[in-house]
Amino acid sequence: MTLVRVENLAKSFRVAERCPGMWGAVRGLVARGYRTIQALDDVSFELSAGELVGYIGPNGAGKSTTVKVLAGILVPDSGRCEVLGRVPWRERRANARDVGVVFGQRTQLWWDLPVAESFDLLREIYAVAPADHRRARGELVEMLDLGGLLNVPVRQLSLGQRMRCDLAAALLHQPPILYLDEPTIGLDAPSKLAVRSFVRTLTRERGVTVILTTHDMDDIEALCQRVILIAHGRVLSNGSLKDLRTQVSRERRLVIDLADPMAEITDPRATITAREGARVTVSFDPDRVAAPELIAQFCARVAIRDLTIESVPIEEIVAQLYRENGAP
Amino acid sequence: MRPYIAVLSANFRMMLQYRAAAFAGAVTQVFWGLIRVMVFEAFYRSSSLVHPMGLDEVVDYVWLGQAMLLLTTFGPDPHIREMIRSGNVAYELTRPTDLYGFWYVRCLAARIAPVILRAVPQLLIAGLFFGLRAPASPASGAAWIASTLAAMLLSAAFGAVISITLLWTISGEGASRFLPAVSWLLSGNIIPLPLFPEWAQGVLNVLPFRGLADTPFRIYMGHIGPGEALLPILHQVVWAAAFVLFGRWLLARAMRRVVVQGG
Amino acid sequence: MARLVRLYMHYAGISIRSQMQYRASFAMAATGHLVVTGFDFAALAVLFRRFGSLVEWSLHEVAVLYGITHVAFALAEAFARGFDVFPAMVRDGSFDRLLLRPLSTAFQVAASEIQLMRIGRLTQGLAVLGWALATGGFSLGLAHWLLVPLAILGGACLFSGLFVLSGVLSFWTIETLEVVNTVTYGGVEATQYPLSIYRPWFRHLFTFVVPLACVNFLPGAALMGMPERAGAPEWCLWLAPFAGVLFLLASLQVWRVGVRHYTSTGS
Repeated sequence: MTLVRVENLAKSFRVAERCPGMWGAVRGLVARGYRTIQALDDVSFELSAGELVGYIGPNGAGKSTTVKVLAGILVPDSGRCEVLGRVPWRERRANARDVGVVFGQRTQLWWDLPVAESFDLLREIYAVAPADHRRARGELVEMLDLGGLLNVPVRQLSLGQRMRCDLAAALLHQPPILYLDEPTIGLDAPSKLAVRSFVRTLTRERGVTVILTTHDMDDIEALCQRVILIAHGRVLSNGSLKDLRTQVSRERRLVIDLADPMAEITDPRATITAREGARVTVSFDPDRVAAPELIAQFCARVAIRDLTIESVPIEEIVAQLYRENGAP
Repeated sequence: MRPYIAVLSANFRMMLQYRAAAFAGAVTQVFWGLIRVMVFEAFYRSSSLVHPMGLDEVVDYVWLGQAMLLLTTFGPDPHIREMIRSGNVAYELTRPTDLYGFWYVRCLAARIAPVILRAVPQLLIAGLFFGLRAPASPASGAAWIASTLAAMLLSAAFGAVISITLLWTISGEGASRFLPAVSWLLSGNIIPLPLFPEWAQGVLNVLPFRGLADTPFRIYMGHIGPGEALLPILHQVVWAAAFVLFGRWLLARAMRRVVVQGG
Repeated sequence: MARLVRLYMHYAGISIRSQMQYRASFAMAATGHLVVTGFDFAALAVLFRRFGSLVEWSLHEVAVLYGITHVAFALAEAFARGFDVFPAMVRDGSFDRLLLRPLSTAFQVAASEIQLMRIGRLTQGLAVLGWALATGGFSLGLAHWLLVPLAILGGACLFSGLFVLSGVLSFWTIETLEVVNTVTYGGVEATQYPLSIYRPWFRHLFTFVVPLACVNFLPGAALMGMPERAGAPEWCLWLAPFAGVLFLLASLQVWRVGVRHYTSTGS
């Protein structure tokens, strides 16, 4: 079942430009120069119920613009968008009841109050029945291990604790759709793991549909079955991580620790991409030569102490895609 | 001296960026000035007695007050307040300069730049359209400039004290609201000091607040002649020095607390 | 509606409790506020001492107008101050968060900040008004007494409307547009005194453009039993306070236009 449908979405912004100097400031009072930025050019995608989709792209690619359109905060210039059959900006309030949003850099909790009081107020804002609220809250407190935090004022929470509370706050009204904008930014390793495992449980066991924007490729690799990559307002890639890899490069890497640092290894089907002491990195195309065959070749010729096969790190893949689709 | 000049000029350039705000501020001040002038006109219509100040003089006084408003209405320096709130004040202690000197210069810059930016256009507008007269004589004008400079020194010293009181969180909050209100009334910014009752004049003359507004304004219009101006200007300078000493002492005490409590 | 009232109380409770976390500094702020506004009235008394009267108006009569203005403004500051801090919400993007919730944005902005500190001005305004009405020798019937809260309500609505308008501007410009603030605070300053003392253009500004006269000078003249000083038919004076309510309703319409503009530009 399709929950979210986005078709040919386009949105441009006018940004005021100020001329430098005194004269510019004076002129700025009367007339101002504008520059148009095409934040979304032609974006289309769909999300099905229960999917967890990574939405990635360089800064300024249009990620948060898309999320804002989906949340009903922003009206696009053209294109269509439906969330649960509704046009979000036309029915902002109805839409708001069905989505939860977490912005990693901000909190929706009340700064000076204990977490529990923010939860109470959110119950009223979303008009959740007390029994439903109690149940949802109990579950979230357990899943996110918030028991000890509920009576602490928000300003005293660590970033990781606050993020867990914010996740709970966004889900108290039990929305079927959740938008997560950089939920792991700035968190320490254990907190990141906690957030990831919570999001995973959420989709697997509760069937919540999640859109995750992030710069942390570990988030993507740990969580997402599907990745939508955008740059300059256009979708560059939409598919599984594996698809994304093969779209950019099929290359794989063999990292070999030689017994003799001076030993020569060569093969016409592979290229040496790095050599550091006894460690040599060789890259090859698995279509031209299978890994076992290549390994057998090397083993036959030189003494090898250790050896691993790697894919190109997802960061590099993404960086390469960004480069190839540089500024138009 | 070099670091102080650097702080002064950095602050100055920062303020110059807010030209639009300065423009809007000037419009606001002129509007307020008009209200106050009209109110005084009405009061003077109501009574035929002879007052210690004529309406013409009150009008001058009001416009000078509007133009120099920032010398009398100020809360604590926003930058220092932020530094204290966030605890970054500890960084200031690591700098190889005298902290009080730094803060004083900051407060001084926060007065000179906006006064120049706002006062000049406002005085021109008030002079051209709304009845502000030129200084009584060139000598009065010169004495007025000297007295205005002294008012800036005094105002910065006073502002530094108010900022420093913020280091005592609770009482500082009160002091930083209360003291500006006191200075606002007693400097002559609401009502020209000569219009206060006779019995209050003696006290008002001794208190430091008149040096922020009343003294330069009356010198400007010749209410205090250029020959008699030396003593009032000295009054301003002495009080400025007193506030500097008091501020230094206060800051030294506060810093001992910060260091002892570990910031 | 009942839900909104309950919700507003909840917001208010939260706001009050978080201000009470800094109880001592709240007390300081409120006292400071009281002192500042107290000085303001002291200055007025000083002027009356010197000049005797303000044209045809006595200190007591001016104090009635002064009190109505300050009480109305204190209420507006307490309940609509959210619109005043609102430009910062637009700038740092936290307004988006309000749009994410299933409630009207104007409601959330109004409820986001309830400033108890304004109790200083409120107390001072009520004291001045009470003193003036009790000792001014006015002959007040029941209808006159009803006109007092009506004028205050109209004034609170009007000042709130001005706060809404100044907030709305931040949807279009990030430069602080002080124009509206000038009118708001200038209006408080101006309506402390009877409007009849001002020059005609100024009277017209505050009667027809920003109808502050309607919530202060006009009903004030009626309730003090001197409608002839207002220069308008008496029935007008009694109905005038509703202009404040209309002004607020109109401002809220402008607000909606502003929100629509915001969601289409995302500035």
